[in-house]
Amino acid sequence: MTESLLDDLQTSVAEAIAAVTDAADIDALADIERSSLGKKGFVVSAKKAVGTLDPELRKSTGQAINEAKVQLDEAIAARRSELGRSARSAQYEGERMDLTEVPAGASVGHAHIVTQTWDVLEDLFVGMGFRVVEGPHIETDWHNFDALNIPKGHPARDGFDTMYVNHGEPGSTLLRTHTSPVQIRTMLDQEPPIYVIAPGRVFRRDTADSTHMPVFHQIEGLVIDRNISLADLAGTIDAFVTAYFGAEVKSRLRPNYFPFTEPSAEFDIQRSDGSWLEMGGCGMVHPNVLRAGGIDPEEWSGFAFGFGIDRLALMKYGVDDLRDMFANDQRFLAQF
Amino acid sequence: MNVLLSWMREFVPQGFGELENDPNALADVLTGLGLVVESVETVGANWDGIVVAKVLGLRKHPEADRIQLVDVDTGGAASAAGEPLQICCGAFNMTVGDLVPLATIGTTMPGGMEIAERQLRGETSNGMLCSAVELEAGDDSDGIMILDAGLTIGQGLSEALGRESDVLFELDVEGNRPDALSVAGVARDLAAKLGTPFVLPETPFAETEPPASSRASVVIEDSVLCQRFGLRVLDNVTVGQSPLWMQQRLIASGQRPINAVVDISNYVMLERGQPNHTFDLATVPDGALRVRMATEGETITTLDGQERTLSATDGLVCNGDSVAISIAGVMGGFDTEISESTTSVLLEAAVWDRMTIAKTSRRLGLRSEASTRFERGADPQGIERALDRFCQLAAEICGATIAEGALVVDGGVSTPPQVTVRTARVNQILNLDLDVDQVAKLLTPIGFATVSVATDSLVVQIPSWRPDSSAEIDVIEEIGRHHGYEKSGSRVPTPAQAGVLTATQLGRRKVRSAFMAEGFSEAMPLPFLAPGDLAKAGLDEAGISLENPLVAEESILRTSLLPGLLKAVAFNQSHRNADVRLFELGAVFLPSDDELPVEEEWVAAVVMGADAAVAVETLHQVARTLNLAGMRIINSEIAGLHPTRSAELQFWGKSLGSVGEISPEVLEAYEIEGRVAWLAMRVPPIVKAQQSPPKFKKVSRYPSSDLDLAFVVPASVAASDVINTMRKAGGELLKTAELFDVFRSETIGGDARSLAYRLRFQAADRTLTDDELAGVREKIIGAVTKKHTATLR
Repeated sequence: MTESLLDDLQTSVAEAIAAVTDAADIDALADIERSSLGKKGFVVSAKKAVGTLDPELRKSTGQAINEAKVQLDEAIAARRSELGRSARSAQYEGERMDLTEVPAGASVGHAHIVTQTWDVLEDLFVGMGFRVVEGPHIETDWHNFDALNIPKGHPARDGFDTMYVNHGEPGSTLLRTHTSPVQIRTMLDQEPPIYVIAPGRVFRRDTADSTHMPVFHQIEGLVIDRNISLADLAGTIDAFVTAYFGAEVKSRLRPNYFPFTEPSAEFDIQRSDGSWLEMGGCGMVHPNVLRAGGIDPEEWSGFAFGFGIDRLALMKYGVDDLRDMFANDQRFLAQF
Repeated sequence: MNVLLSWMREFVPQGFGELENDPNALADVLTGLGLVVESVETVGANWDGIVVAKVLGLRKHPEADRIQLVDVDTGGAASAAGEPLQICCGAFNMTVGDLVPLATIGTTMPGGMEIAERQLRGETSNGMLCSAVELEAGDDSDGIMILDAGLTIGQGLSEALGRESDVLFELDVEGNRPDALSVAGVARDLAAKLGTPFVLPETPFAETEPPASSRASVVIEDSVLCQRFGLRVLDNVTVGQSPLWMQQRLIASGQRPINAVVDISNYVMLERGQPNHTFDLATVPDGALRVRMATEGETITTLDGQERTLSATDGLVCNGDSVAISIAGVMGGFDTEISESTTSVLLEAAVWDRMTIAKTSRRLGLRSEASTRFERGADPQGIERALDRFCQLAAEICGATIAEGALVVDGGVSTPPQVTVRTARVNQILNLDLDVDQVAKLLTPIGFATVSVATDSLVVQIPSWRPDSSAEIDVIEEIGRHHGYEKSGSRVPTPAQAGVLTATQLGRRKVRSAFMAEGFSEAMPLPFLAPGDLAKAGLDEAGISLENPLVAEESILRTSLLPGLLKAVAFNQSHRNADVRLFELGAVFLPSDDELPVEEEWVAAVVMGADAAVAVETLHQVARTLNLAGMRIINSEIAGLHPTRSAELQFWGKSLGSVGEISPEVLEAYEIEGRVAWLAMRVPPIVKAQQSPPKFKKVSRYPSSDLDLAFVVPASVAASDVINTMRKAGGELLKTAELFDVFRSETIGGDARSLAYRLRFQAADRTLTDDELAGVREKIIGAVTKKHTATLR
């Protein structure tokens, strides 16, 4: 009895395994699984039959049935994964794409290189604890000149090539020639200590050429605090220069003249060949300017610095003609 | 300002030490003083191979009229002494016995030419006789340079003329340093920095009776115009050529030698920084001068022969009859000019009001070396020294005799101030630790003499040649300059605040990102427009104009970003650029009665070759990024835009901007083909929207139900109005409503169209029942059909 039960089972298992190996697809495999391991399958039938055996034979027969079941399970799982793999590779073959055929599609837009440079500078100084302040493009003569220690008739006014606008008294209102009037507005607006930068668009009565535009962009810094000295100016310039141009780039201050600062200096950076490149103007805020801003020069001192944003953009991207930066040619704008 | 090292050396008896042999190091010192050296050049070109030769004979060239044969004695330099050497020469100005410079075979001329033996129409030339120009020793190119008869034949020319190589520094002198517009002034600064004495040399000359005061006079009628006025009288003046050394220095300094009197005048100006003027004394009755302002419309013929009409803001030097003979500090008169026949000279050296000179020279377009020095401020106490230097040179060079005494009259000259300098202040500003002695040591050599000293301060006399200097801070700058800025050290100050961008600054960045994400690149058109640009764009012609535009094309300030972007589109179209999507973020300028015009910040975008739909799609994308939920699109006619394809944007009940397409008329005016999509928004409301971030709404855990509804809606009803009606009717169960199809056909008829919407319903706290859904559906259909005379399809 036992013998024949096991023999039958083994025959069925062998047949089932052969069928599993031959199964053409997942469905055929499922049929085999059902007829062998399902509720009405021969394995279950064999298990039920074990109960009819002599007690001493039940254990060994049960073990044999389980072994047969495991054997069959493994064969089915192996075949299933084999069939899955080949189905996947058939799918992959059918879905093959040449990804180099795909067109680039619409481009995202590009920020103007002046904006890109501007943002970098803003972030750099914000990182140093500066706030960013702004002022109007159209300014009073007083904010642009008088308050900056450039009274009417001062020869320095000639150097600015100012564009005046028809508003109020003739000569009273102008397109700011520098961002410095923002210094005055800031001083009148807030109490020291002041740590600000003022990036902005400025205007000069200039014919456009490769190095000049009637409209350009400057960034200006102003620090007013107790005991601010020339050393603080040098340190700030140096921190900016190394942050923007790289740790190996040196800066220096050399005496210069600006009506709104005293002592005044030009700050240079050193090129890799050792020569110096003029970057911008700076100096200790002139006591007259502090007074115009409502600040007592005996109690507070400060420094200011300024330089061109457009020129930095030009240097960074190797643009050789300033006019190209403002021609709004899509082919230019999309490069950066 | 060009400065020769040898010239500066005349004021520095002990020299500049080792640096004299290192011009670049000297240049660094000058630059460190704020006298920026733009170039360093070695001048006094190489005259190796050029010798003094004597003309022995002149012979006609047998074959050529324009060349003659010259026999010279080279004193053994190129041929045996006394042995004639034949030279072919194209100049005819020399006579037998003259000494001339000969470039021998093998010489390289200062201009680079190599001298070789040549054949000229069958005659041999064994070298070249040289003109001053060929030697770069003057600007006389008319003939061979005739040398002083006392020179030794055969001697090298450099040695014979005592000319050594020299260094020329080209300086960029800032406006606050009139003293450095002179050789002596630069030498003073440099000597002080290098710790070597600066000395103004004596200027000895003999004086003759009768005194100048008996032959000339001056009355200053306007003491604002004239600070100080000095005169000298010179007789027996021979107006010839100035000596070679002077010509060379003038040329190096950028001045053209003219004649001895003019050259001396320029030489003294360059050396001392004091411009001066010479009158032919014979043309000035009694040598009497009056100084006054011009009257409006008065005329004078200046020495360039031009008649000039004067303004009441010009200063004049007049004769005793008050007839103008010179425009003060700017240009002399024609009638009193020095000529070949002049023998007696009235020499003027004055210091004029800076603003007057600036105005006059600018108005007349006569900016000169002299006017520049007056504008910046000449030294009123240097007048006597400048007059004396002129007389000394005139006596030497022109054989002039000098009438006894200088006539110097004070006008509105003021005494330079004395300034108290506190060492604490010096050390605070410069981050130094100097005491009064150290401060005095830095200041004294540049003429800032110490008047008195206390323990922690000193009183300093500002020198008369530093009109820029009048306060403690000015003196601190001098201390810093001479001590060296680099000695102040370097430290980074620490602000007691965090750096942060304002909402506006962050908002602008977000706006830019939103447009860039949609494929728009940032344009930066100039904010200037030509007259008519605004009208061409269909806008009011009310832009603020410039008082002094450079060109008409840039004479109006924009009131809208539209014209600038249209020009950019036209530019790109004319260059056949594809995929032109541009945006700009910037200010527009509107007239106002306030102290300043109004500036509004806008962002605007254009798409070349795209219609209003593209603009609206962009708008929706951008609005999503920028948190503009609740923005409304209201079909309207908008200036400059297509009248039936434009809409006003409203946000929080206020106008935000516009969207649509550029008007075909405007496109035609700007010569743009195809359609152009347009979107413009004010920046401040967008910035504000960033400050109220979207409030979190709990996501419902219950299932949603979708429903499609299509209505036939008359053309007069906006699709967005239908949505608004549905929203109102649907209440809070209606989560989303989107237009997904628009269909027009003849069967629908007329101008109406079918609008299909997909609605999604969901409750926060329950699964909606079929009854509830049917109810809200009926409500929505009822509202739409009733309010918009629509029918359900």
